[in-house]
Amino acid sequence: MAIVESEAPASAGDLKIIKDATCTFCGCVCDDIDLTVENNHITKALRACVLGKAWFLNHEIEDKPSCLVEGKPAALAEGYDRAAQILSAGKYPIVYGLSDSPCEAQRVAVSIADWIDGTIDTTTSVCHGPSGMAFQGVGEVTCTLGEVANRGDFIMFWGSNPAESHPRHFTKYSLMPKGMFLPNGRKDRTCAIVDVRKTKSARAADIFLQIKPRKDFEALWTLRALARDIELDPKLVQQETGIELAVWQDLMDRMKAAKFGVIFFGMGLTMTRGKHANSEALLALTRDMNAHTRFVAKPNRGHGNVTGADNVVAWRTGYPFGVNHNRGYPRFNPGEYTTSDTLANGEADSGMMIACDPMANFSQPAREHLASIPYIALDAKETPTTRAATVAFTVATYGINTGGTVYRMDDVPIPLRPAFESPHPSDFEVLTQIEKRIKVIRGVRG
Amino acid sequence: MTSDRIKIYHGTVYDPSNGIDGEVRDLWIEGGKIVEAPSDPSVPVNRTIDASDMVVMPGGIDMHCHIAGPKVNVARKMRPEENRKGERIERTAITHSGTMGSVPSTFATGYKYAGLGYTTAFDAAIPPLAARHAHEEFEDTPCLDKGFYVLMGNNHYVMKSVKDNEPQKLKAFVAWLLNSSKGFAPKLVNPGGVEVWKHKQAGNVHGLDSLVDHFGVTPRQIISQVAQAAEELRLPHSVHIHCNNLGMPGNWETTLETMKSLEGRRGHITHIQFHSYGGGDGDENTFNSKVIPLVDYVNSHPNITVDVGQVLFGETTSMTGDGPLGYYLSNVYGGKWFSGDTEMESGCGITPIKYKNKSLVHALQWAIGLEWYLLVEDPWRVVMSTDHPNGGSFMAYPQIIRYLMDRTYRQDVLKTCHPLVVKRSTLADIEREYTLREIAIITRAGPAKILGLKNKGHLGPGADADITIYSPHENKEIMFEMPRLVIKAGQVIVEDGEMRHAPIGKTLHVQPAYDVEFETDIQAWFEKYYSIRWRNYPVDPSYMHAPEAVPMRS
Repeated sequence: MAIVESEAPASAGDLKIIKDATCTFCGCVCDDIDLTVENNHITKALRACVLGKAWFLNHEIEDKPSCLVEGKPAALAEGYDRAAQILSAGKYPIVYGLSDSPCEAQRVAVSIADWIDGTIDTTTSVCHGPSGMAFQGVGEVTCTLGEVANRGDFIMFWGSNPAESHPRHFTKYSLMPKGMFLPNGRKDRTCAIVDVRKTKSARAADIFLQIKPRKDFEALWTLRALARDIELDPKLVQQETGIELAVWQDLMDRMKAAKFGVIFFGMGLTMTRGKHANSEALLALTRDMNAHTRFVAKPNRGHGNVTGADNVVAWRTGYPFGVNHNRGYPRFNPGEYTTSDTLANGEADSGMMIACDPMANFSQPAREHLASIPYIALDAKETPTTRAATVAFTVATYGINTGGTVYRMDDVPIPLRPAFESPHPSDFEVLTQIEKRIKVIRGVRG
Repeated sequence: MTSDRIKIYHGTVYDPSNGIDGEVRDLWIEGGKIVEAPSDPSVPVNRTIDASDMVVMPGGIDMHCHIAGPKVNVARKMRPEENRKGERIERTAITHSGTMGSVPSTFATGYKYAGLGYTTAFDAAIPPLAARHAHEEFEDTPCLDKGFYVLMGNNHYVMKSVKDNEPQKLKAFVAWLLNSSKGFAPKLVNPGGVEVWKHKQAGNVHGLDSLVDHFGVTPRQIISQVAQAAEELRLPHSVHIHCNNLGMPGNWETTLETMKSLEGRRGHITHIQFHSYGGGDGDENTFNSKVIPLVDYVNSHPNITVDVGQVLFGETTSMTGDGPLGYYLSNVYGGKWFSGDTEMESGCGITPIKYKNKSLVHALQWAIGLEWYLLVEDPWRVVMSTDHPNGGSFMAYPQIIRYLMDRTYRQDVLKTCHPLVVKRSTLADIEREYTLREIAIITRAGPAKILGLKNKGHLGPGADADITIYSPHENKEIMFEMPRLVIKAGQVIVEDGEMRHAPIGKTLHVQPAYDVEFETDIQAWFEKYYSIRWRNYPVDPSYMHAPEAVPMRS
């Protein structure tokens, strides 16, 4: 197990610099942050973006008990016992969240779901789940972010607004870096952005195409047709996409002329009309482009370790999210075993919510059902989900108080360097304690 | 590991490393190791195992498979249709649940290998940038001791050092990379070709002397200089080579040139079946076996070892660090395709594939694999592999053993194949049948020797007590698909197909010494081009479960 702090975190009263710390706020997982820690408080976060600074500098240890049972402070051991009982007693227990936990904790969560014949799902099901499904249909041509920095001369963003969601994306990976084959950095690259609204990112683009809302699929298929020199009706194209055919043709000409093209896509594509069909169209377009030049695609993942969650769940069960163990072996069915569905359909009878907040962002039927069943919540902060939980654990924050491993959006695993200790246990510790008890209850010896 | 003392008595032992060929013997185990028989025969024993009329061999060693890391996991994510229809792996009181298909989940991989009597396996292609990922999966892959080979045939620093004619720098880099990733051996995959694929549409190199654009080096230079570095470092395993032009008609000449480029240095040519083709211009009508000229070279050059990469008929997943090959195969088969380029280091291609006995190409591939096993004179230099899952699953090993030990079965299956196979290969004329001793060599003793694992692949005192006990059966597939007993580090882990224990197993890695002064140059290069920080690159030892640093050759 790789939770090792290679340098001791600062304790109260110290002033300490943690070099090459990793920011887990978004999927960029920048690992070049130098943190200054004074009196258990981060006072500087060198190189962090506006979101990263907020993540590090505003980090306060919650002044509340590590464990609440039915809203009342309780000893951790009592919370572990109760949590194990709830999860073991359920006929349809669900485990959800995981995208803001290190892989080490995710692995324990999958074990728990296995031992209780439960369902395991991650926040992927509400962000890039459709991309995961599209991937199962057509595959993906992709690369690590360093390849984009060193080779990408045509960079496209589709339904993604990194200026606000991934602020260092442009400077660190995609637009500004002077790479091995792009000695002049930004000047050597063309940037095209396709979106339904003029986002902050649009300012960074050489070409901005504002397409009609809910028409991503049609727009992508227009490009697929042009990639294969198929003749299209200009009127129809304009009518369906809101963009003139000549503009699309110009874009395709530039794409074909690129040496190494990259398409980053976001939830503006995956969570609008068409969902996985949109992602599939984009992945297929990328594949098509490889008949002309090198082209890759990459989802801009949001949460710090949502990519780790996909990986851990996949290596242990064979499927990336939405996995049900009710029959004693893993089955995958998004739309059935995904948490918004197991809750909204009133199927789950107990649950564990790990570093996620369904009570704040799920549909009303899902929230109402979650409020009606016993569940456990783990979070570093108080949230609507922790407030309504039968057992709530306040946990240390990964990357700030605890170590472990996080996978960047391009599947590169990166270690965490914690800055200072928390009085609260890590989610790894809480999950391990719960697992221990569940194994006893369920007679597991493995 | 357990401290239990176990006695296995009256077994018919096949331990070729110690010259034992089917002799009835007793074995003693203590502290997870094989020990000498105690001088006092009445010494208390925790368990005695009656192996009368049973065949006893060391635990199996798979020296070339794809079982962990980014590529394997992508394939799992990509093939839910296979996972769902594959065998169900239900959880039990001691084991996790999982999925099968051609790319099993981690726990299922460990259980199934153990179920076949295999206790050690090496993943053949890990990009060092993703080494952490491989180690994390290893910790979830029980029952096996594991290690991996580190992709470096398209590494920019390797090519730069070759170009600059700086062998000392190259040697230091190879050692640094093995240490940083906690890997086991240097792996070359289509050396130079993957880099060309990264920057050119359908790019590749096409022979040993093609120039790699931008870097100005040839595959021949990369192969010979990395082989030299591996030799000077005294690594336990040699350089492990996936040749250029995999799968292409006429590629046998590239393979022969690759062997020659070693110039007498040790080298392991992997999944050589995929590199033994005659014919040309992608024309199926000219496709034929060129095992004979290649095997002649191998037979007369003891510096070369091979594993086969046997093709079996059925559905599987092709996965490779050879990016341009993935592109080629996806165009041939038209299925879904994954390609992943890793900065500075490597590529990757994945696509589903179905091998059919009525296809001339597929049936020839099957026959060519068998020719390799049957034509290499010295069994110590040919190793059983399917290049799991590329040629087929590791689950097919018992079937391959039957092909090798049962000429009639082999010929019967050959008759079901495309009729031209008998004309385009020599398989129909080969009479040879393997003995149990030879099976023990190509599945255990040989790979241990080739990998430099002194404590594996044999049953002499000091060896790890990894032992498989089989009930003899006329049908060798039945005999080898369900061992009577599998012992791992002195603990019975499988008994009549039932899991008894599922220990995680060791991580096997190497720690070659090198001149640390070269690190300054490596760091400067690294910081200029990588997207992660220098200090966050090396894998912390805490990622390795029960690490064992395998010593350098003396």
